[in-house]
This record gives sequence, C-alpha cells and structure tokens, in this order.
Amino acid sequence: MSQVSRRKFVQAGLGVAAGAAGVAVAARIAGQYGLLPPDGSGIYGPGETLTYAAQRIITAHSLAREFPRSTISKTPFANAIAPSSDAFKGLQTGGFNDWRLTVDGMVAHPTTFSIADLKQLPVRSQITEVVCEEGWSYVAEWTGTPLVEALNACGVLPHARYVVYFSIEPDWWESVDMSDALHPQTLVTYAMNDGDLPVRFGGPLRLRVPRQLGYKSIKFIQHITVTDDIRKFGKGLGSSAPEAGYAWYAGI
Amino acid sequence: MRAPPSRCRKPCYTRRVHSPSITSVQGSGPRHPAVLRVTHWITTVCFLALLVTGIEILISHPCFYWGETGSSVTTPLFRIPVPASRPTVPSGYSYVLPDQNGWSRALHFEAAWAAVLTGLAYCIWGIWTGHFRRTLLPSADQRTWPAFRGQILHHLRFRRPNDGEAHSYNSIQRLSYLVVIFVLFPMMILTGLALSPGFNSAVPEVVNWLGGRQSARTLHFFLTVALFAFLLVHVGMIFLAGFWSRVRAMITGKVQPPKEQS
Repeated sequence: MSQVSRRKFVQAGLGVAAGAAGVAVAARIAGQYGLLPPDGSGIYGPGETLTYAAQRIITAHSLAREFPRSTISKTPFANAIAPSSDAFKGLQTGGFNDWRLTVDGMVAHPTTFSIADLKQLPVRSQITEVVCEEGWSYVAEWTGTPLVEALNACGVLPHARYVVYFSIEPDWWESVDMSDALHPQTLVTYAMNDGDLPVRFGGPLRLRVPRQLGYKSIKFIQHITVTDDIRKFGKGLGSSAPEAGYAWYAGI
Repeated sequence: MRAPPSRCRKPCYTRRVHSPSITSVQGSGPRHPAVLRVTHWITTVCFLALLVTGIEILISHPCFYWGETGSSVTTPLFRIPVPASRPTVPSGYSYVLPDQNGWSRALHFEAAWAAVLTGLAYCIWGIWTGHFRRTLLPSADQRTWPAFRGQILHHLRFRRPNDGEAHSYNSIQRLSYLVVIFVLFPMMILTGLALSPGFNSAVPEVVNWLGGRQSARTLHFFLTVALFAFLLVHVGMIFLAGFWSRVRAMITGKVQPPKEQS
C-alpha cells in the first residue's frame, strides 16, 4: 500500500466515523426538540425525518396562505363518500343535532361538545386551499372553532405532545403534533362557503389542517384525544396514513 | 489494437488550480475529478428515482391546470392521455391502474433530499475549485461566433467528436450543462417546493411568483420533460462518442488513449 493511499484510507475511515457520530448526535438533538416524526424509521425514514425537521424549523410561526373572496372555487371538488353505517345515517336524519365531539386524554376536563356547543366557542373563518396529494386543489371559505379553543376549554396538560383525532369511519384517524394542534388555522370546521359543511366535504365536522395535504384533514370527526405517547395508537406510526404507506407528516 | 493503460498514480492526487490547459493535456490527471464522478452517479440514481416515482404520482391525476386551483370539475390546460391510478379523475379509460402513490411519494421526497444535498456539495466544490469557471464556462476561444457556429454545424452533421473532446467539453456541451445545473435543476427544486403546503406557509413568495399552485405543478412537469430530453440527448451523445470510453471515464476518471481506427 503506497503512502498516499494509506493516508487516503485513514482519512476516509475518519470521515465515515465522524459522519456516523454526527448523525447520531443530530438525531439525539432532533429528538430533544421534537423534530423526529413517529414514522421516521425504515428505508424512507431519513427523507421523512429531514422533511419534518426542516419544516418544523421554517414553519414555526408560519400561516397557510389565505386568499381573497374572489378566488373561492365556484366548483369545489367533493371527494367524500358518506359513511354507510346506520349510526351515521341516523345522525344525518336528525340533522346532526345529536352529533357529539368528545375531547379526552391528557386534558383537565374531558368534554363532549355538540355542534351547537362548538358554535359557542370563538369562531374563525378562513379562505384556504385544499390540496390533495393526487394533485388537484380548490379554494373555499371554512368556518369553525380553532382546535386550540376547544383544547383550551378542556385544559390541555403540560406534557401533551400529540392530538389524535378519529372519524366515525372505522380505522380512519390522524394525529398532529402540538405545533399544528395549537396553530390558529387548525380548525374544527362546521361550515363552508356560507352554509353548513356538506357531508360530501366531510360534514358535519371536519378537522382542517391547512398547512398539510388534504388527507390530514379527515372527515366526520367524533373523537379527539390528547396524548404524550403516540406509539400507543394503532401500529404506533402516528396515524392510519403511514399504515397505508403515506407519510404521517403531510406538510411535504 | 489495445494501447497499454496509462497508470498515473501520483499526479492524480496533485491539486490542480488555475491551470486552464490541463484539460487538454492527456494523462496528466483524471478526466473527471473524484467529487464530480461521485456526485454525477448519485445524481443519476436520484434522477431516475425521481423520474419513475414522479410518473407514478402524475398518473394519480394526469391533468394539468394553470393558476392556483384545478380539479376534475374544472377545465384542464391539457391532459396526458394515459389511464389513471385513481377513480377521481376522468381518464377516458374504463379501468384504473394499481395505486402506487404511497411508496412513490416517500421515495420521491427522499431522492429529492439526496439530490439537493448532493447538488449542494457539488456546487460548493465547483465554486471552490474553480471547476465551473474552468470547465463549464466556455473558454475564450470558444466564445467567438465563428467557433460557436462551427460547433453547431459539427453537431448538426452528427459527427463523431474529435479526440480532444475526450478531455474537454465543447461549447454546446458546456452551455447545456450550465443550463441544466443552474437553470433547470434550481427551477425543479423551486417548483417542487411550491407544491409543499408547509413550505408555502413559510415562504409564500415562491408559489405566488410561479403563478399559483397548479401553475407550479404544470411547470414542474415541463421541467421534467426538459430534463428527460437532456438525459436522452446526453446518453445519445455518449453512444456517438463511444459509450464505454465515456462511461469508464466517468467511473474511473481515466481516459483510454484513442484506439487505432479499424
């Protein structure tokens, strides 16, 4: 082995060792600052982790774009199929007067809200875009209770890290970290474009998370749980999306 | 007949700066420096991954729009006449392709990260060593109109490159590499970022400058077409110039001395 190649070999070895140590330290720091997504393992883990960590840093105080009223889509694309269960049909027949949203988990006062109760809480209206991972999009005005207001009404405990939300449809659930849960635009939505939120857009209640793709804004929500341990839910990947091969964090 | 391979152990590692003639001197160093070779092949793998997964994502909604919004109930700018992998879009076909969006998206974003980080390393290296100025900026003798016209005519006649071109890029090659590296790739990154609702909340200027979300998506597609066209021409030119000699130079850094014409 010549002098030059031995030096190269040692340099390369040191480089690899330094790189591995650097990645380990970076992962530790990222974990401390909540920059690791629950689905950040496996072959696509590095990509997911980089995206989530980078966006958590640049979107710390960012607001989703809001649009002028003139840009509201005249023909928004409805892609919801009404749940076929008798429970949903019964509630629909009753005009959703008996629809309930339960907030529990790491809160001081677990509470069950009717839609009328939610309307007593502070209201927010915002004109934002629905962005589907398929590629299409539309703009609509959404009105509802900011999730942070509903959470504050229940008293979120200080160690809360995630808010998990469930649809009336079985096996359809999502979660957001506290950064999105407490974000002013994250909306428990009950109205759209001057009317009640139609079933084909996720009515009577849809959790809209406008800084992430549409699949994060799941429809027909009935139950919200605050937790400090996301691994207890489902397969421990954060939501039903990663179980179907999709990223938990959909801010892309 | 085969000339003996030139083994140039030592000079390969000597630092070469401010030496404009070096690229035309045979055997005085690797044809392509190691950083360039490594970043070239990482980029190749990333680009192919991005291309395949990009097509896979595209077929979930093979319609393109202009402006901020667009969906199956609005008028598209154009439609790609392929079957779709989702039932939410009219494709004109009676069947729906298997849906592969999940892993395609994950790989698309992971490959994008790898490509961007590789590109960043390449750009820092290229500026630091003067590679862009020395190797990609057309040289003084190439920057005259007659020389450029001669080069165009040479290309139009599909002539094999002369032996000097195994050691240095011609002017058309330099310009197309510059366009790919400093126009198409950066625009690809920007139009891709403009499709991210998270990024758009932090930096709304990019998507607004591009004319809205659907415009950004359409431009992302056009840029893919442009980069794919570059890939075809690039590979075509390599075949024209001698596939194995050029590929070997990009893998080992060594140029085989020209063969006797048989």
